[in-house]
Amino acid sequence: MLDINIVITGAAGQGVQTVGEILAKVVHRAGYYVFSWQEYESRIRGGSNSYRIRISNKKRNAPQFMADLLLPLDPKSKTKYISLRKPDAILIDEAEQGKGIIQIPFNDIATGEFGDRIFANTVALGALAAVVGLDLKLLRQVLEEMFEKKTEEIIHKNLQAAGKGYQLAETQCRNLCRWNLKTQKQKGYLITGNDTAALGAAAGGCRFIAAYPMTPSTGIITYLTKHNKELKIFSEQAEDEIAAINMAIGASYAGVRAMTATSGGGFALMNEGISLAGMMEIPVVILLSQRPGPATGLPTRTEQGDLLFAVRAGHGDFPKIVLAPSNPEQAFHMMTRAFDLAERYQTPVIFMSDQFLTSSAFSVEDLDMEQIQFHEYKADPAKIQNYKRYRLTKDGISPRLYPGQSRHLVCCDSDEHDEAGRITEDLENTRIQMVQKRLNKNQSMRKEMKKPESYKTKDAETVLISWGSSRQAVFEAIDKLRIQNRKVGGYHFTEIWPLPVFTFPAGKQYIIVESNATAQLGFLLQGEYGIKPVSQILRYDGYPLDTDYILKEMKNG
Amino acid sequence: MADQDLYKYEGTENQWCPGCPNFGLVAALRNAAAELKLKPEQICLVSGIGQAAKLPQYFNANYFNGLHGRAIPAALAIQAVNPMLKTIVTTGDGDCYGEGGNHFIHAIRRNPDITLIIHNNQIYGLTKGQASPTTDIGDRTRLQFDGVELTPLHPMLIALTHGCGFIARGFTGNLKQLKSLMAEAIAFKGLSFLEVIQPCISWGTHSVEWYKERIYELPGDYDFTDRETAFKKCLEWEDRIPTGVYYKSDSSATVFGDHFRSKVWDKPLTELGEPDVSVIRQILEYYH
Repeated sequence: MLDINIVITGAAGQGVQTVGEILAKVVHRAGYYVFSWQEYESRIRGGSNSYRIRISNKKRNAPQFMADLLLPLDPKSKTKYISLRKPDAILIDEAEQGKGIIQIPFNDIATGEFGDRIFANTVALGALAAVVGLDLKLLRQVLEEMFEKKTEEIIHKNLQAAGKGYQLAETQCRNLCRWNLKTQKQKGYLITGNDTAALGAAAGGCRFIAAYPMTPSTGIITYLTKHNKELKIFSEQAEDEIAAINMAIGASYAGVRAMTATSGGGFALMNEGISLAGMMEIPVVILLSQRPGPATGLPTRTEQGDLLFAVRAGHGDFPKIVLAPSNPEQAFHMMTRAFDLAERYQTPVIFMSDQFLTSSAFSVEDLDMEQIQFHEYKADPAKIQNYKRYRLTKDGISPRLYPGQSRHLVCCDSDEHDEAGRITEDLENTRIQMVQKRLNKNQSMRKEMKKPESYKTKDAETVLISWGSSRQAVFEAIDKLRIQNRKVGGYHFTEIWPLPVFTFPAGKQYIIVESNATAQLGFLLQGEYGIKPVSQILRYDGYPLDTDYILKEMKNG
Repeated sequence: MADQDLYKYEGTENQWCPGCPNFGLVAALRNAAAELKLKPEQICLVSGIGQAAKLPQYFNANYFNGLHGRAIPAALAIQAVNPMLKTIVTTGDGDCYGEGGNHFIHAIRRNPDITLIIHNNQIYGLTKGQASPTTDIGDRTRLQFDGVELTPLHPMLIALTHGCGFIARGFTGNLKQLKSLMAEAIAFKGLSFLEVIQPCISWGTHSVEWYKERIYELPGDYDFTDRETAFKKCLEWEDRIPTGVYYKSDSSATVFGDHFRSKVWDKPLTELGEPDVSVIRQILEYYH
């Protein structure tokens, strides 16, 4: 069974990401399933970062740590990552010779033959392609596309450099390299969770985004701004996160679907705004790409540490929705759903991603666009005589108009208000009615939430409970345990608040698997469903949950 | 004045103190709206929190009464979505210069086509008398018992030095002038900043008389196109306080959203309708 894990390492600014992205694209074009992720330090130059590419013939979209093929682009990162070599791994190295090592002096070749060190990475890329048995033509084709905007000379030299690395590795490959990635039929798209979430927003009808740059969420506004002409989305870099969410709420009040994107600290600043959207009953989507806290924490690492914060975000009692997609494909559809739910229930929707999901690229067959259904939930002003923005209704959803649309005035207030939206101190009637009206939406929202995905739970004695981006790692761990004849299954949550109507089958042992230190989903589940997990598998070192980690913890536990 | 009744909303009990100059201020705004012949549905009032921010409650128009200090970001987004609306921020000195100071600064940089009417009473009224960013040094308040130590903010200077195209000051003791300033500010294309001196009769550190003694109208021959002159006028405070248009540019500056409107879409964003899935399909091709 084909399953190659490639690890490319180097200093920030050295091109680790570019080398990784190009190789991933070539493998994808060759018709294999690719899964890639990166981990990096919070700096622009120096340090040691890595780009990981997992190649297989079936979808294996879970991170793996141990390398079948390791390419360090500098000596420092080699020292840091050399321990990731599996016993039979191949090392592509600039200087070292020996068993299992393919020596390619890429820097010397770059300066000696092509007159500039900048070609070193392309030489190394050529070597990587040769070692896994990719077609050189395919690599050249992708290089030409990637360097499209460069001068002809640069393109030419890159193609030659790739060829040189390829040829040097090929001659050393005999009896050593065991892979042959012959070109086969290509499978769909290779795309990151950042890009699918952004495209999902566009597909959900988003017309306005305001955000303040914060890793790892910045990619969303960057992407939508880059494509704003085609997608027709107004974007603005706000002066801070407070401004960002208030802009999004203002835009939504004015009649268009709007969003913001942030990470932990910025999300903290947005809390009052989330409460405002709850009080004013204005739809807004907040993308929360998590990184480890508290405070600044580990800015470029990953964690699922903000779940309870998101669920409880904003002061006061009001309904809200929290979604957490598993992978890029789901991120696309869940983002369109986030906009739909926000509009339908006139409430804030928090879309939880994390650094891992944001930056990892998966092979996706198709983003089934036929699934997308766009509903307009706003009322028709012509059918309304006396408009009241907060008219009391059975389900708590009042007819929504926008200002300037008709003669009807749209009055929204962050103070407690009456049906017309005007400030009130009527505690006996209006206050009670308005609190209940808002919370009434919870009833239908709860029914709307999808039950956890069940994976091999039928005969399972032990069930792992997980949420969000860890799905693939958890399910792969279950598969491996099943091979050892252990009756293990999984429930995976992606629609988290309000918690769906669901009953955990009795007579099973439940284990919580989360990327945080306190089992935050576990806390919610105990309160809502009364289940008591027998143990917890928690990870909070800043790395994503991976199969080996889960298996090791299962053994220890 | 039948006209201004169009903008009256009396369904809510007024929460201002009896005799508050805000009553005059809201009347002036109604008269300005009448003068500009604006329909109530064309107006969108945006406010934060505080006594000044309650103005929309007593005005018949669309309104967004948001969070403390956050009126400006909401207002400029409303304007970006629908440039046909006359978006007017009406809020106080504590709200705009204190809690929302950052947004005030950046609004000047963005130059959205909105109007800021900032009621400056130099005090926090609704929280019962603490210093605001514009309270004068040495003034004793209900929190600064020994007198304010901080240097007061000069919002008009900040606006002037950062290129705001319309800077004016009015006074609730001169409603005729105030109405004209409001109308002129609303009609101006780009960010128009009108600070209104609105003495607080409950907690203010200065009496209405104190202001009346100092306030004078800028003379008819005052050159409001000259920034240097305006700079000097912005600095006048202790002995004499000018009212009128301090500075007005020819309003040719780029307005927030102009770039988007010229390159992408020049109508209200609400007219964009459903998303075009074929465009997303096209973008996806890049990932093949």
